[in-house]
Amino acid sequence: MDYFKLKRQKKARYNLSIYLMIVIAYAIVMFLSYQGKISSLLNGLLVPFCTYSILAVSLNLVVGISGELSLGHAGFMCVGAFTSAVFTRYMKFLGVEGLYLFIIAILIGAVTAGFAGLLIGIPVLRLKGDYLAIVTLAFGEIIKNIANAIYLGFDENGAHFSLKNTMALGLSDKGFVVIKGAQGITGTPHYSSFTAGVILLIIVVTIILNLVNSRTGRNIKALRDNLIAAESVGISATKYKLIAFTIASSMAGVAGVLYAHNLTTLTALPKNFGYNMSITILVFVVLGGMGRIRGSIIAAVVLTLLPEMLRGLSDFRMLIYSIVLIVVMIFTSAPAMKQYMEVLKNKFPIIKNLKAVTLKKFSKEGE
Amino acid sequence: MKENIMLSVKNLSIQFGGLHAVENFNLSIRENELYGLIGPNGAGKTTIFNLLTGVYKPTSGTIMLNGVNKINGKNTIEINKMGIARTFQNIRLFHKLTVHDNVKIALQNKYRYSTISGILRLPRYHRYEALMDEEAMALLKVFNLENDAMMKSANLPYGKQRKLEIARAIATNPKVLLLDEPAAGMNENETKELMNTIRLIRDKFNMTVLLIEHDMKLVKGICEELTVLNFGKVLAQGETNEVLKNKEVIKAYLGE
Ligand SMILES: Nc1ncnc2c1ncn2[C@@H]1O[C@H](COP(=O)(O)OP(=O)(O)OP(=O)(O)O)[C@@H](O)[C@H]1O
Ligand SMILES: [Mg+2]
Repeated sequence: MDYFKLKRQKKARYNLSIYLMIVIAYAIVMFLSYQGKISSLLNGLLVPFCTYSILAVSLNLVVGISGELSLGHAGFMCVGAFTSAVFTRYMKFLGVEGLYLFIIAILIGAVTAGFAGLLIGIPVLRLKGDYLAIVTLAFGEIIKNIANAIYLGFDENGAHFSLKNTMALGLSDKGFVVIKGAQGITGTPHYSSFTAGVILLIIVVTIILNLVNSRTGRNIKALRDNLIAAESVGISATKYKLIAFTIASSMAGVAGVLYAHNLTTLTALPKNFGYNMSITILVFVVLGGMGRIRGSIIAAVVLTLLPEMLRGLSDFRMLIYSIVLIVVMIFTSAPAMKQYMEVLKNKFPIIKNLKAVTLKKFSKEGE
Repeated sequence: MKENIMLSVKNLSIQFGGLHAVENFNLSIRENELYGLIGPNGAGKTTIFNLLTGVYKPTSGTIMLNGVNKINGKNTIEINKMGIARTFQNIRLFHKLTVHDNVKIALQNKYRYSTISGILRLPRYHRYEALMDEEAMALLKVFNLENDAMMKSANLPYGKQRKLEIARAIATNPKVLLLDEPAAGMNENETKELMNTIRLIRDKFNMTVLLIEHDMKLVKGICEELTVLNFGKVLAQGETNEVLKNKEVIKAYLGE
């Protein structure tokens, strides 16, 4: 039997299922919106679905695949959102607009957020222990507060920066204030769309899947499974954990770009870039399953949709949301529940047979 | 047998707090030799492995590989690249990964390609992955593990996990292989098979093997020379038959 072929087929199938899921969902949405059957509520959620999916998938690279805890993923999103929005907003002021600027903005967001990740990761990932959680937690809050305090403007003499107020920038009459402290950036061009979001999501998923199934990805997983053994076969913990963390931060930056260009006003609130957001993304990852890319996307979409659907219940909304979280957690991870599922499978052979049939097909193809 | 000294240790000591876990330890192993390190529980055997692989830094002493390369002061990763690989007394596999991937990971230094090549699936990725796949499989065959290649390594029976650890260590292409109680938890048949395998890999891959073992049948069966350790100090050293006749060794360890 050809094991490598079998293994590749299994991987390819899993990967294909992710792409199919995204493409089919995209096709359905496009079809319905063409027919005018999409509610305005759902319409407003399309870009957030993509934003949160990218955030969840990229955080999964850190938490699920690299085995490190990051509590500041929204901080990197914030970096990407603000740096890219400064660029596009100023370009708009200069009278330059166009979708190609969006592509440049994405690159800016990816590079700045990735760089922030690198700066945080270099000192922290040298240490053995769970220091990353503490430092990223602080980083997320600091970035959010800095974004709230900054005044940034441009005139013919270049950039002006202040932490006081607009006047302190000392701009000439031709000058223009881009970031106005807590008021943030207003008038950001609306470049994001569902299509752009889906394309970005597919790119992010492809990068992660290819990474995970390569030498670098295996080294990252080896360090997660057993650090001492990984070092004993020559794998540098700092280097590979840093690669995973930097790539994930950079992708969070891309999500930030998508987020910023979906709104006309960009402000840094606890709700969008704070600790709450970081924890929400972590919940997507945990519920979707550690290291499971498809699960992360499903969890991000369902858990973004759910609170909106429950809006009618006003006060009970968060209560029901938390009950759903707990139920899903019990179903997916409690050992007693897993046992019960086995019993169910034995009672209803159909489930088992279905699995057996697909497995058989597998081994046949592998021969 | 060649007379070249592959591993030489001089006056190696380490203290943990007030405990002299290893004291003034000397050792020299010839190239291609099968060498045994025995002694009662807590004698300091595993500690010596940890010193040889840079997990612990010695309080004093020197370790030389092949007469020219100084090992102490280097970290675990550098030491592995210089040519020392090991297994662990308490098995340390990459438990969520397949048996095949466990070995493939250990080939990562031999078949290096960049993260970018991996993400963009450049030709180097395809070429090296194919080579790694084959080489990992060939190594698994040496240990009769080829039919378990796709299994999650955590699900392997104990004896096979020990063999997989050896296969993984060999995949890094070491000059010196350190085995920490390779036969622990194996039944008599498995131990016999293991003895043959250890001899085979020593000859086939031209390795120098240093092993810790409590199973005296295995030690007598394959070790050409022995060091007996007791309370961190060398009790006896020399040819296996001679050492096992030593009165002090019998008193302290063999207990006959
Ligand atoms: N990191 C450490 N800190 C403190 N003491 C240690 C440490 N590592 C080992 N020791 C002590 O050093 C002594 C030697 O331990 P070691 O594990 O080397 O024994 P061993 O000969 O391998 O025994 P066994 O046959 O049980 O495996 C023991 O007393 C142990 O408690
Ligand atoms: Mg030991």
